[in-house]
Amino acid sequence: MFTELNSILNTSPDSYTRGEFILVSDRQSDASFLIHHFLSFYLRARCKVCFLGLAQSFCHYSAVSQRLGVSLTQAKEKGQLVFFEGLKECLSVLTPKENNVESEAMNFLRDPPVGLRSLYEFVRSSVIGSDNMEEGAEQWGPSVLLVDDLSVLLSLGVDVGAVLDFSHYCRALVCSQVQGNMVMLVRCNGEEDDDDDDDDDGDIGSDVLLKGLTHQCNLNLHVQGLPTGYCKDIHGQMEVCWKRRQGDAPHMQKNLFQYKVYDKGASFFARGTSSAVL
Amino acid sequence: MAAPVNSVCKTSADRLQVNCTSFQKKTRSKLISIPGTRPSVQNGQLLVSTGVTSLDYLLGGGLAVGTVLLIEEDRFDSYSRMILKYFLAEGVVCRHELFVATAQDNPDEILQELPAPILDDVAVPKPVEQPRLTGEPQDILDAMKIAWRYQNLPKVQSALASSSRFGHYYDVSKTMEVEIRQAAKCHRFYLPDHITPSSSYSALLKSLQEVIHREGFDLATPMSKSRNILRVGLHSLGSALWGDDLCCHDKPRHSHALTTFLYGLRALLRSSLSVAVVTLPSHLIQDRALMGNITRLCDNAIALESFKGSERETNPLYKDYHGLLYVRQVPHLNCLARQLPDHKDLAFKLKRKQFTIERLHLPPDLSETVSRVSRGEPVGVASACGSSASGTKNLDF
Repeated sequence: MFTELNSILNTSPDSYTRGEFILVSDRQSDASFLIHHFLSFYLRARCKVCFLGLAQSFCHYSAVSQRLGVSLTQAKEKGQLVFFEGLKECLSVLTPKENNVESEAMNFLRDPPVGLRSLYEFVRSSVIGSDNMEEGAEQWGPSVLLVDDLSVLLSLGVDVGAVLDFSHYCRALVCSQVQGNMVMLVRCNGEEDDDDDDDDDGDIGSDVLLKGLTHQCNLNLHVQGLPTGYCKDIHGQMEVCWKRRQGDAPHMQKNLFQYKVYDKGASFFARGTSSAVL
Repeated sequence: MAAPVNSVCKTSADRLQVNCTSFQKKTRSKLISIPGTRPSVQNGQLLVSTGVTSLDYLLGGGLAVGTVLLIEEDRFDSYSRMILKYFLAEGVVCRHELFVATAQDNPDEILQELPAPILDDVAVPKPVEQPRLTGEPQDILDAMKIAWRYQNLPKVQSALASSSRFGHYYDVSKTMEVEIRQAAKCHRFYLPDHITPSSSYSALLKSLQEVIHREGFDLATPMSKSRNILRVGLHSLGSALWGDDLCCHDKPRHSHALTTFLYGLRALLRSSLSVAVVTLPSHLIQDRALMGNITRLCDNAIALESFKGSERETNPLYKDYHGLLYVRQVPHLNCLARQLPDHKDLAFKLKRKQFTIERLHLPPDLSETVSRVSRGEPVGVASACGSSASGTKNLDF
């Protein structure tokens, strides 16, 4: 949990808005450090977390969370965290063996046009299933869904429309029905303004996904490299964009920060106030 | 900084995690010491050498076990193939097992071209020594007459069980001797031998998983005394010979075949003691977004651009180098921070005994007003007098 980011977003593990869809996106950069922040944030806030870790192995998330002060193995044992390890489950589909049961949630690998229905069923069972708890189990806060990351699904051949449907279903389930929060990571590649129309399909796919999700979200954290080039001390810039409705008019507020990622956290500062410069 | 990682491992896992990845050092009570590996000083990862010491330095000490290094090939696949051969040769010298997969040349051809290691302490299987013909006792022959003070020092072992150095040097003008090469176990995958109805990438993935499982590189298998590393070298993935149309069309139809394979490769590597080097002809792939997806699914990524055949070959700025090297991606493994390179303008040079990667230095700008010393600059100064020799620069009017 990055304390500076908490003060920027005006949240804390004790008080945070519910029913929010937070979109973390990046362009030619890596915003996965923000996913680690939200994971440790919601675990500390005693929420019930469903984490779809598609990009990396469980040990990676566990090691990073250890440095941020949260133990994923303990959370899993206590039932606070439901962890879906995409790398492990995909092998059962990509290299099927006779006696191994295929993972249901990743069956889109076998047949991409099927879509992400099974993955949604998995999310639904872990979010809704928590309500029918047996007596004596610990009471956790509202459910939170974290996805790292959606662009891996595009790389695995899933259609952009299917991913948008999946995010819509999850949002309806988590944000509206259960009044929990949802955090998703989307990664883009190309330049923002593409003038040529005969562009690549892949690029259009992730851009379409980003635009669709930006429209749906309440809070967008967009991470990019510095416009002036590569710098070892400042790792990039982050744009925070709130979408709030005040009265009838939607209100959008944007802030721009630069950041540097350390071993145990990240620091955010206004443009030009990096410790390397001052 | 291995000590802090040790304490972290102890507090977090009270029982040994069986399904952990190869990143975490399994050092609760017994140290895994696999020859040819060393823990990283930054975050305690297990590292292997790529065979090129300057590339090891660029990657933060070495290639972490369980990761993929993507090399975007240069135009004629000369230097990327060279790095792949260095990687495999390092595996032979460190007694690791090899897995080579190609679609174009037979894997044996690549293995026969491995460069010869230079060091003396590389294990060479010696032929059985002939018994001494004379009956003289050994100590009289071995007694030193001049340097007798060094008599009692231990003798240098010329045939070690395993090479304990990390990173070796190779002589590219010679190929590795057959005895050394055949001492290493090598698994081959030659695509024309595996004609399957499914895609060639899934056949490769299944073959790799079968090798990992059969030879015991899986982390799930019970810990035995000796573990080894599997070095996987995949040559020219994504080229048309793998049954992919990534290089043929602007908008390929099955663009996710290669990315799905890379995802499965990452899953296999994270759960076993293996490390992979993949070369990819990225100059044939028109779709830049697809290259971005491919790069994100690999951990380390570098790109080579050689000067051969381009006009830069004769450019005096680049006369000391053979090509440029770009670092496309550096991973963050088990920690938040990455080890970013200091400089982004790197150039490489292949010398006979070393493949050096260094910061691109422009040669000093020697104009006539600054210095009269002429180093025979290839930039011909066409003097107005029309004289041909370059030494007349000092006499320009």
